[in-house]
Amino acid sequence: MISALRGTLVRIGHNFIENVWRVGAMARFFAMVLLASGTSFRRFRLVMREVYFTGVLSLIIIMVSGLFVGMVLGLQGFETLQKYGAQESIGVLVSLSLVRELGPVVSALLFASRAGSAITAEIGLMKATEQLTAMDMMAVSPTARVIAPRFWAGVISMPMLAALFSAMGVFGGYLVGVVLVGVDNGAFWSQMQAAVDFRYDVMSGVVKSLVFGVAVTVIATFEGFDAPPTAEGVSGATTRTVVSSALTILALDLVLTAFMLRGDH
Amino acid sequence: MERTTIDLWFGAFVLAGFAALLVLALKVGNLGADHANSVYRVEARFDNIGGLKVRAPVRSSGVLVGRVADIRFDNDRFQASVTLALDARYGFPKDTSASILTSGLLGEQYVGLDAGGDEKKLKDGDRITITQSAVVLERLIGQFLFSKAQEDGAKK
Repeated sequence: MISALRGTLVRIGHNFIENVWRVGAMARFFAMVLLASGTSFRRFRLVMREVYFTGVLSLIIIMVSGLFVGMVLGLQGFETLQKYGAQESIGVLVSLSLVRELGPVVSALLFASRAGSAITAEIGLMKATEQLTAMDMMAVSPTARVIAPRFWAGVISMPMLAALFSAMGVFGGYLVGVVLVGVDNGAFWSQMQAAVDFRYDVMSGVVKSLVFGVAVTVIATFEGFDAPPTAEGVSGATTRTVVSSALTILALDLVLTAFMLRGDH
Repeated sequence: MERTTIDLWFGAFVLAGFAALLVLALKVGNLGADHANSVYRVEARFDNIGGLKVRAPVRSSGVLVGRVADIRFDNDRFQASVTLALDARYGFPKDTSASILTSGLLGEQYVGLDAGGDEKKLKDGDRITITQSAVVLERLIGQFLFSKAQEDGAKK
């Protein structure tokens, strides 16, 4: 009884200390990547190649999901707003929820599972097959050559993907609201334009997606870099990337929203 | 410099991203709609502005003619000082009156302008002197109950 209790306590404490250690190591890793970023900008083609793999190849999933999310928001919003005779406000509902919250958050979640997991698996396998060590032996810094370009590609791609997600979502809301259920076209757009502010709503979404881009790529590259060089280690690291990215995105979203939402406008 | 398909994809991706941002800014948001025209600012003092917010619409005859640019508390007169940014296309007489109204029963509050008959027009930095404060529902109910009680008292 006592020994079982003691075992549990030891396990909890061990996990806690392990996670604190990982957070510290991740912060040091982040600083290391930033310091080694010079190469990414001198040889920008490295970043462009990664933007192709993380950003361009994520376009389909991001745009199709954006369209569907917008359409669902339109249908659900219409159902509720109709009860109050305010179905013209459907554009406001769809655009504000997409631009402020759903665009950055859902596209970051999709980005983490589509591109983040691929980054972790790739770097983890490069480490397991000792490619990173080989680079080090040839006096090529793996941080500058492999990790920094992936980091900057994520930071560049994320706001673009979030903006595309929101734009497709608004288009989906338009399809359902105006084309399908017949809300007036003029009222749909004019109410939306009256309610959505460029600086407070659109730009706050862009800032959010930038922060999520940094968070997801740092987690993905760190997990890959830190993965035990075995098949099991790489698979565990990939899982951890998706789980901790999702949790980090949602927690950061709460903090950023609390900062950005002020009562006076 | 040699060209690769990656360059093309990168260019297309960045262009698509900025195009989406532009759509969000112009079609969804209000950038361009408000800032395209030059504005002039006039001030109006109210005893009570209710729930008026910065960027609330200013309407005359129901047409949007400007927005609330700033709300401050005037500590010398103990009144709210509201700055209105009016579209330069619309000129109003100097004796125009401003009142704080509500769209619908529970909707957002806006500033309504009723034009007067003066020959001179409002200029940048002028003050609207005739103002009517927001209707506060609690006070209205209070007044109603008070007059009702008085009526009942008179009957007895």
